[in-house]
Amino acid sequence: MTNIFAAVFAATEGEEMPSVLAVPIDELIIGLIAFFVVFGVLAKLALPAIKKMLDERSDTIEGGILRAEEAQAQAATVLEEYKEQLASAREEASAIRTQAQADRTAIIEEARNEARTAAATVTANAEAQIAAERAQATASLTRQVGELAVGLAGKVVGTSLSEDARVRQTVEDFIADLEQQAAR
Amino acid sequence: MSAEVVIASGGLDCHLMSGCGFPAPGAEIFQFDAVLTFSIGSLDVNITKVSLVIMLMAVVVMAFFTYAFRKPKLVPRGSQNVGELGYVFIRDGIARETMGKDGDKFVPFLFTLFFFIWMLNFAGIVPFLQIPATSTFAIPVAFAIIVYLTWVPLGIYRQGFVGFFKAMMFPPGVPKAMYVLLAPLEFLSNILVRPATHAIRLFANMFAGHLLIATFSIAAFYLISASVVGILGSAASFVVAIALTAFEALIQGLQAYIFTLLTAVYISGALRAEH
Repeated sequence: MTNIFAAVFAATEGEEMPSVLAVPIDELIIGLIAFFVVFGVLAKLALPAIKKMLDERSDTIEGGILRAEEAQAQAATVLEEYKEQLASAREEASAIRTQAQADRTAIIEEARNEARTAAATVTANAEAQIAAERAQATASLTRQVGELAVGLAGKVVGTSLSEDARVRQTVEDFIADLEQQAAR
Repeated sequence: MSAEVVIASGGLDCHLMSGCGFPAPGAEIFQFDAVLTFSIGSLDVNITKVSLVIMLMAVVVMAFFTYAFRKPKLVPRGSQNVGELGYVFIRDGIARETMGKDGDKFVPFLFTLFFFIWMLNFAGIVPFLQIPATSTFAIPVAFAIIVYLTWVPLGIYRQGFVGFFKAMMFPPGVPKAMYVLLAPLEFLSNILVRPATHAIRLFANMFAGHLLIATFSIAAFYLISASVVGILGSAASFVVAIALTAFEALIQGLQAYIFTLLTAVYISGALRAEH
């Protein structure tokens, strides 16, 4: 132990050591010059390029984001438009379908009416013809019945009654009477 | 082990059990003989190992960044990537963090401070250099002077002479009577103590770190001897010296960062008064 302390004391006392806090002017100047040289070179030569590039890059990135946002907004607008168009097309289709339904009903109804009218006309015509034919048949039957009755009566009586106006009147009255009865 | 340490350790024959006391390293390991001496007028200039380390590191810093940023690409590659990381760290992590957008103007200054100081510190663990240039007090003093002569005139220019000192010595939100005590204290702490601590913090950290590594390196060498204690002690000292070297690598970056960050804080305070 004594040896160690002796060595330490020898080291500290042996030479005249300048304080560690001494600031020799030449070292200070070397430090200052070195700093300004490094600062000058970096500030003038090295750093402007990288600063410019970094600004450019952030511009590019920000620009890219801006463009992407624009494109997105545009896409959204287009989508909205498509949706609107689709909705209006659907509406239109449904309107057309409804219209068609209505048209179909109307057409069927019309056709039905027409058919009904035509049928009624045909029936009416037929009825009229039947009525006319019956009337004609009745008229001819009446006349023949009259003639037959007069013929028969003439044969019974033995003389021809056909020229006698009085007989004729009687027959006609009788037939009219019959017709009246039939009608009643 | 560098030549200086061997010499400082008392010679190659100085070991435990050889009748030689432990040659604990002291301030002498920070003293170097001049390799070149010349005079400019009445000024004697001694170029020492420390001066050479400063010149070498200045060249390294200038060469690396000039090369890395020679033709910057939008998509970075290789050295540009590394350089950019450093630039963005200074710009976003220090300048903008303390001063906002105003900080962009000071990026080159802060960038130079950080990387130059870091490399001067780093010289402490570079084989053959093995001396942090910042453990020579004159070097941190030079940087502290530059910083001091930046923020004080800047503050006076920005806030006016009266405004600058008023903002410094009479912070708002304090009872009026307190100013009797506070004003002289604030003046002292900002104008006199601040530059001194700024320089001493960096110097003392690098000085102490270098001394520790040297102590354990010398111990590892000194303890080599034909005894169990000697062998174990030597091995342990060697491991500690390695661990301290790794620790120093961290401290070197950290102290450069602290020095630069404080610079940014001082400049920020000079730009606008705020407390």
